[in-house]
Amino acid sequence: MLAWAVIRPKGWPEAVAAVPAAALVMATGAISPRDALAEAQRLGPVIGFLAAVLVIAQLCDDEGLFRACGAWMASRSRERPRRLLVQVFAVAAVTTAVLSLDATVVLLTPVVFVTAARLRVRSQPHMYACTHLANSASLLLPVSNLTNLLAFSASGLSFGRFAGLMALPWLAAIGVEYVVLSLYFRADLSAAGRQAAEGGTGEVSLPAFTIAVVALTLAGFALTSTAAVNPAWAALAGAVILAVRGLAQRRTSLSGLVRAADVPFLLFVLGLGVVVRAVVDNGLGGALRPLLPSGTSLPALLAVAALAAVVANLINNLPAVLVLLPLAAPSGAGAILAVLLGVNIGPNLTYTGSLATLLWRRIMHQHGSAPSLREFTILGLLTVPAGLALAAVALWAGLHVLGG
Amino acid sequence: MTEPGDATCSVLVWVSERTWQACIDAARRLPAASTRITLIHVTEDNPPNAAHGAYLGLMGRRPPSPDPAARITEFERHSAAELLDAAARRLGRPCDRIGRHGHPEREVVTAAADADLLIVARDGDPSRLGPKSLGKEARFVVDHAPCPVLLIWPGATPSVASIPPKPPKPPKPPKPPKPPHIE
Repeated sequence: MLAWAVIRPKGWPEAVAAVPAAALVMATGAISPRDALAEAQRLGPVIGFLAAVLVIAQLCDDEGLFRACGAWMASRSRERPRRLLVQVFAVAAVTTAVLSLDATVVLLTPVVFVTAARLRVRSQPHMYACTHLANSASLLLPVSNLTNLLAFSASGLSFGRFAGLMALPWLAAIGVEYVVLSLYFRADLSAAGRQAAEGGTGEVSLPAFTIAVVALTLAGFALTSTAAVNPAWAALAGAVILAVRGLAQRRTSLSGLVRAADVPFLLFVLGLGVVVRAVVDNGLGGALRPLLPSGTSLPALLAVAALAAVVANLINNLPAVLVLLPLAAPSGAGAILAVLLGVNIGPNLTYTGSLATLLWRRIMHQHGSAPSLREFTILGLLTVPAGLALAAVALWAGLHVLGG
Repeated sequence: MTEPGDATCSVLVWVSERTWQACIDAARRLPAASTRITLIHVTEDNPPNAAHGAYLGLMGRRPPSPDPAARITEFERHSAAELLDAAARRLGRPCDRIGRHGHPEREVVTAAADADLLIVARDGDPSRLGPKSLGKEARFVVDHAPCPVLLIWPGATPSVASIPPKPPKPPKPPKPPKPPHIE
């Protein structure tokens, strides 16, 4: 099934393999129907939450939020590449944290490229900033990454507490990315010798209503969570408000909304959850358990984060987090968050986030133009170990200050 | 090969995002009647590849999240053409244009095989005279160019005073004491 998800035969949805695979593990008795149902019940709200966030991100795009971000970055950067990099870092970190990494990869990255190209700035540093931050800046909020949503439901933390504990690691990971990228690309970022591009940048008008709704939705996450209500309801409310407005103003369509919710992907996650549960219960859990240190001492957190990064790089971070969560859960929220450091920062090490995907791409590209992996790998090696280590120290400090 | 100044002298100008204005300005100083100018721009593959890799990392996502690399590749083509247009406008005289894909330094060297002169800008540290003023790409082009190269500063040329002073010679080690002369 993982092979199917990596290969994507004929562009068929992953759910075509995941759902029968889940049925198969149930039929062979690898997982009892009751356990499968429990897993599905656990994943249900997470998947609903995810669907709402995907819809919100798409509606933000329909309302022109990302185009407006591009215009804002262009005008604020005053055509200086280093200033533009700072703007890209700010926008990508916030977009990833609030609207999830999917929004950064799919919706923001092309806008950043266009902005850099319009300013006649070499786009490489800014593109790497986007793709790296999509992973490493996805630590802050439960909604930033599907891995976080899965861990959030398992950790028992409130929304605010999750964000509080992850704030320092988030800043640490972003700081490492900034230092590495700005040193590595210092020649490209140097403003000396540049002359103004022809043609000015237009006025920037940010879609205020959309931003207000997203901000209120965020506040709603924190409020519902302290009131012991699932924050998914706040996400749903935000999605509904934006959808009604988008539909009324004919900026979006009902079929567009359904496509944005990506139902096949939701089914894939559900199937993946059941299959991984069966694999973990039938041996993988026992094999990995001795490798995973218990407790939340600094060495334990570092080791958990490193192991999670390795597993994520082998098999992609979604299955990795499903495998590691039940093993880390007995050590408490600190260990669960350490797993997230590994599975969220780790994928920057390989070009496609995991070796499985990478190997397949290499095979596919044997006859075509294979991407040069040298620069991806160098930047991964420079950022990931340092980012992981610093984020783990920051998490450890946060756990001490706020209490685990 | 012809000498610069001959009627058929062909000049290749490397137009890159950072330094194109300076290269064009240098080309404008060449006599218009006796030079044939060709502008070359090379589109790098890494930006769409970076986006494509990140997209592949999003396991299981489907359209409507289309691969951002497609949008980027399309815009890249558009923006390369725009840059060559802007360069041609600044040059203000007829010229040929070449748009290539791949590693800029290798594509420029290959295209320079038929040129009599290649105009390249320094792409490293512009603040002082010295070897670091050449970045990776210009260094490769200068080292491998199959024709004469006109190497220019993209902005103001740093003064000679930016060269660090020659380090003083290390003091000579004291002579070993002569062995006592034994009569």
